[in-house]
Amino acid sequence: MAHRLGFAGKKLLRMVLLLLGVSLAAFLLMSASPLDPLQTNVGQAALGTMSQEQIAQLEDYWGVNDPPLERYLGWLTDVLHGDLGTSLLYRVPVTQVLAERLKNSLWLMAAAWVLSGALGLLLGTVAAACRGRWPDRLIRGWCLLISSTPAFWLAILLLMVFSVWLGWLPIGLSAPIGAQASAVTLADRLRHAILPALTLSVTGLANMTLHTREKLCDVLESDYVLFARARGESTRSILWHHGLRNMALPAITLQFGSISEIFGGSVLVEQVFSYQGLGQCAVTAGLGSDLPLLLGVTVVSAALVFGGNLIADLLYGVVDPKIRARVRAYGRKGGA
Amino acid sequence: MTPLLSVEHLSISFTQYDRGTRRRILPAIRDLDLTIDRGQVAAVVGSSGSGKSLLAHGILGILPYNAHMEGTITYDGAPLTPKRAAALRGREIVLVPQSVGYLDPLMKVGPQVGRDKTAVRAVLDRYGLGPETEGLYPFQLSGGMARRVLISTAVAASPALVIADEPTPGLDARAAGRILGHFRELADAGTGVLLITHDLELALTIADKVAVFYAGETVEEAPAGDFDRLEDLRHPYTRALWQALPQHGFRPIPGTQPYPGALPEGCPFAPRCPKCTSECGGDVPYRPLDGGFVRCLHPERGNAS
Repeated sequence: MAHRLGFAGKKLLRMVLLLLGVSLAAFLLMSASPLDPLQTNVGQAALGTMSQEQIAQLEDYWGVNDPPLERYLGWLTDVLHGDLGTSLLYRVPVTQVLAERLKNSLWLMAAAWVLSGALGLLLGTVAAACRGRWPDRLIRGWCLLISSTPAFWLAILLLMVFSVWLGWLPIGLSAPIGAQASAVTLADRLRHAILPALTLSVTGLANMTLHTREKLCDVLESDYVLFARARGESTRSILWHHGLRNMALPAITLQFGSISEIFGGSVLVEQVFSYQGLGQCAVTAGLGSDLPLLLGVTVVSAALVFGGNLIADLLYGVVDPKIRARVRAYGRKGGA
Repeated sequence: MTPLLSVEHLSISFTQYDRGTRRRILPAIRDLDLTIDRGQVAAVVGSSGSGKSLLAHGILGILPYNAHMEGTITYDGAPLTPKRAAALRGREIVLVPQSVGYLDPLMKVGPQVGRDKTAVRAVLDRYGLGPETEGLYPFQLSGGMARRVLISTAVAASPALVIADEPTPGLDARAAGRILGHFRELADAGTGVLLITHDLELALTIADKVAVFYAGETVEEAPAGDFDRLEDLRHPYTRALWQALPQHGFRPIPGTQPYPGALPEGCPFAPRCPKCTSECGGDVPYRPLDGGFVRCLHPERGNAS
């Protein structure tokens, strides 16, 4: 038990340090930004018609004159008290904005994540099983094609085909325009999420497919598969009993590591589809100098990515008996 | 009585791509002959790279896709076609692999020995492995345990022919002797055993006959008793092997076995052979001689007597 607590404690400490570092980096970048929050958010023309007092009041609101260190420490103190602050752009608590955006984005990212993982595993397995023959070549060619296609370009292409020409799917946003929040049905949400999720899944798909294929090829050339064949096991049995388990480890790393990629991709994709998600929120907050919101988005996304990697670490122990044995040995040593 | 397994004129070659697109054929085994009877331990002895393991894979029909096999293999009186080999492997014809690396690293030992739990228990028990062994993963096995587990995987199927590919490396002489003893037991119970090894000395402790491999060819097949005296051995290479054993003088001969891609014409041993003549560059047939076989134009045994 002691080693488990030690493991959890170490991870927790690492996460706290990571979040501190990430928020500090985001803050420094924002402070170094050449964008003037007043000009961006109020507008040059409006600014010209204002009195000095009004401008001073606005500068105060956007925190232009406060020393950076004081602003950061102020934010940090509030966070430690459980207050993420109020969004300067939306004038509502950051937690509220984040909750709403996160709900939209999680749908999208989860769908893309599951799709790219499942499909990548399947395509990679098929390619490895048919190594060298036409299904393999087709899949590999297709993977190279999509991995060299920029996500935003693919998003525009999909929009053109499915929304403009065919008119099957909505052109943007996460819910129908003009509908009240209470009137939006699950079907509406799904319809709006199809294209963004599809685009997003493509980013990780090629990666997953090619890595799965490569690992499975290694497994199929291994001595233990040769021995399995010598013992009369069929190809299907070999794939099922030896292939899946042995390629699970890298697949898990890749799949949970891809959370960061999917999150990065969502910033671009949500922008193209005007999808009201966390990625788009990050862009808006960054360009609009909304410091509390940006730091909130940064911290939440860093925690998500960290959580993904942590789950991968924990799953290793479940899949690989060698790691499990090492953890046990460590526990005995620690307990003695 | 028909032999359990007979291999005639077996050749295995590989298609390789050299420097991009140039295709070349690598002959790994050429014109190999071997027979095994029920209840017999036939040892195939040769140094690394002589094509020993390929022989095992060829019989089982599990050669890699770029390999090409010629010749006839007859098992139990009928040709061992790829289809028949696929049906028999793992049931009547089993392989005992070289190392624990041939077990799935993520699967427990028990299910890897066999599906039937009581049978698995019985066979592990026979080799002195307790019930706790079933729950271990391959990486948790010691060298000797691993070897006994590998034999168990073979015996669980109650086979008629066991092919053991280097079953003793990494074991000390006593442990290796015990492992080989298990193969002798199997043979005494009527199973045919093909023992593939580089260790002539160990092979002689259990073998009924020995086939000596050199550069993909069998150069001699002799009853194990012939290895008691140097004078009874036929081929110069076999004699060189015998003399290289510690108890027979520990004398090596110069040179190395040629690589499959760079074989000389005619006898592959000619460049290292003290008896080599100009005729050795031509065709050298494999022929019977004094109760064994030899592939040499100037066999030592015939000349000595």
